[in-house]
Amino acid sequence: MAILEVNDLKQYFYIDPGLLARTLGRKQTSVIKAVDGLTFSLEPGEILGLAGESGCGKSTACMAISKLREPTGGTIRFKGKDIVKMDKAENREYRRKVQLIFQDPYESLNPRFTVFDTVAEPLRALDIGTREERRRMVMETLQLAGLKPDEYLDRYPHQMSGGERQRVGIASALVLEPELVIADEPVSMLDVSIRASILDLIRSLSERMNFTCIWVSHDLSILSNVSERLMIMYLGRTMELAPTRDLITDPLHPYAKALIAAVAIPDPTYRRPIPNIRGEVSQPIDPPPGCRFQTRCTEVMNVCAEVEPPLIEAKPRHFVACHLYRSADNG
Amino acid sequence: MLLKIKNLKTHYRITGATVKAVDGVTLSIKEDEVFGLAGESGCGKSTLIRTIMRLVPQSASVSADELSYRGQDLLALSDNEYREKILWKAISLVPQSAMASLNPVYRVGDQIAETIQTHAPLNKNETADRIETLFKGVGLQPALARNYPHEFSGGMRQRAMIAMSLALDPGLIIMDEPTTGLDVLVQERILRELKAIRERSKAAIFLITHDISVIAEMSDRIGIMYAGRIMEQADAVELFNEPFHPYTLGLKNAFPSIRALDRQLISIPGSPPNLAEDIPGCLFALRCPFAIPECEQKRPPDLEIRPNHFVHCIRTDHVEEFRELAGDKKTWQSLKSTT
Repeated sequence: MAILEVNDLKQYFYIDPGLLARTLGRKQTSVIKAVDGLTFSLEPGEILGLAGESGCGKSTACMAISKLREPTGGTIRFKGKDIVKMDKAENREYRRKVQLIFQDPYESLNPRFTVFDTVAEPLRALDIGTREERRRMVMETLQLAGLKPDEYLDRYPHQMSGGERQRVGIASALVLEPELVIADEPVSMLDVSIRASILDLIRSLSERMNFTCIWVSHDLSILSNVSERLMIMYLGRTMELAPTRDLITDPLHPYAKALIAAVAIPDPTYRRPIPNIRGEVSQPIDPPPGCRFQTRCTEVMNVCAEVEPPLIEAKPRHFVACHLYRSADNG
Repeated sequence: MLLKIKNLKTHYRITGATVKAVDGVTLSIKEDEVFGLAGESGCGKSTLIRTIMRLVPQSASVSADELSYRGQDLLALSDNEYREKILWKAISLVPQSAMASLNPVYRVGDQIAETIQTHAPLNKNETADRIETLFKGVGLQPALARNYPHEFSGGMRQRAMIAMSLALDPGLIIMDEPTTGLDVLVQERILRELKAIRERSKAAIFLITHDISVIAEMSDRIGIMYAGRIMEQADAVELFNEPFHPYTLGLKNAFPSIRALDRQLISIPGSPPNLAEDIPGCLFALRCPFAIPECEQKRPPDLEIRPNHFVHCIRTDHVEEFRELAGDKKTWQSLKSTT
């Protein structure tokens, strides 16, 4: 059974034009459809890569999943249970089971907290264990995160490098033994030479501690290395969702094709193809009917302006939302 | 030679210590080439640019055996002479953050016009024509010159800064992380435009970034910087195919690529040294799995291992063995004690 099922998730924001403009009837309230009909599910233990350009709604979706903002519409089910309709005890349990790893280890740690304080804080907040038990749990988690407890326990963030700080951030997310971890660009602030060690750490811990992970990034090179499945979003919707290798080597959606063609390759002899795309990212404000991508698509057809393409299984386990493809069962 | 740097040192004095941010950099950039300088945060790449552009604080001490542009000694020029003869006309800069580099209360076109009119005898109409040409050249609609920076997207601001750097036909454009923080499709367009500009304008580009993929795509020659020194520099293809320095070998394995899905990524344990400390030997020795006691005793020379291929390492005779070992994760983990 899927650990998380997101169904037709919608998160809208409204832009108020201001009292004057409204009373004079000059402007209507606009709607930003940051996430608009997002559907996917997570298998236990997998790492799902979530990719897309800035403004595609990937972080907004994660905020809804981590219950930091109530969605406008749609459902999010965690192990079959709708997260909006949870009672107090279930809510507490959910907060424990779903944890976040943040992008910037320079910003996300409290500069006045020692490593111990930071990692013990979630335990304290949820009132778990006695003092001694907490200490033991913190020590164990630090060990798992690759930091020697006796050396790091009393350090402050300014006494550590970026990589060490990110390990502390990881430890504080994992000390509650979560079942779902949302990692939002966890290595983008780190130097290239140490990125790989943090990638490895999260990957190996997800196997060892058996948690499922949503890894948000705009960097397809990193996602191609770390995730088992990959989902590409554009303006609040899923364009393509497939096992990582299939998506990278054989993308179906014109947007996915362009995105993958645009990735720079660390090989000076490689001549990259020119991505087939026009225009620039528009904003999800009052989007027109039909496909989100129609204004940038080079293969646009009449139907694209009328009907929003549904996400269909074009090949086994390979989902795409594009009128160019037909569902595998319908031939 | 367009730009020649020999044994350049920029040291910052802070209370009780000297931070050797750039410590003996030697490199030269030819007319019409793209020189890519790769390095991690704190390696001194920004200080190097600031030294060339005269943007380091007065308190910093700068010394060099040579720092020249087309044979002209840059260190001998006064600040005024530098501003009149070199800035924008000979060397221009596209700074790292295009957002922070544009004044939010002036129209983008006016800011470029100011630069042009300060340095060149053009009247208002000629300046406007020039801006129109520049904007077209970087793929911006000329009408956008009347817009304010907040009306530009990140990619458009970056293009406006590139247009400004081209305004007075410089021989060398220094670009500090020109695509960092941009989305992949925007990055791709900027890189494509840079290539087109280079074909047209014949300016050399000094490209500085931590992104090895961008360096690989753009550069004719590459330098790898670490802790204030250049560890290795060579022709781009040669550097990737036959790297000599252990740091280069490490970086190569640390970088993911969507064309090598099965490759295992290997990180380099440890972190760069404190540049305020006096370290007599090789600055990479502490993180180097191939270091021997001699490495920590004496600073290695910049060996010219092949024509125009320089390596800052004393153990290049063992490189065949190192190349093989560097692909194995265990080689690097043997040093894990430091993290």
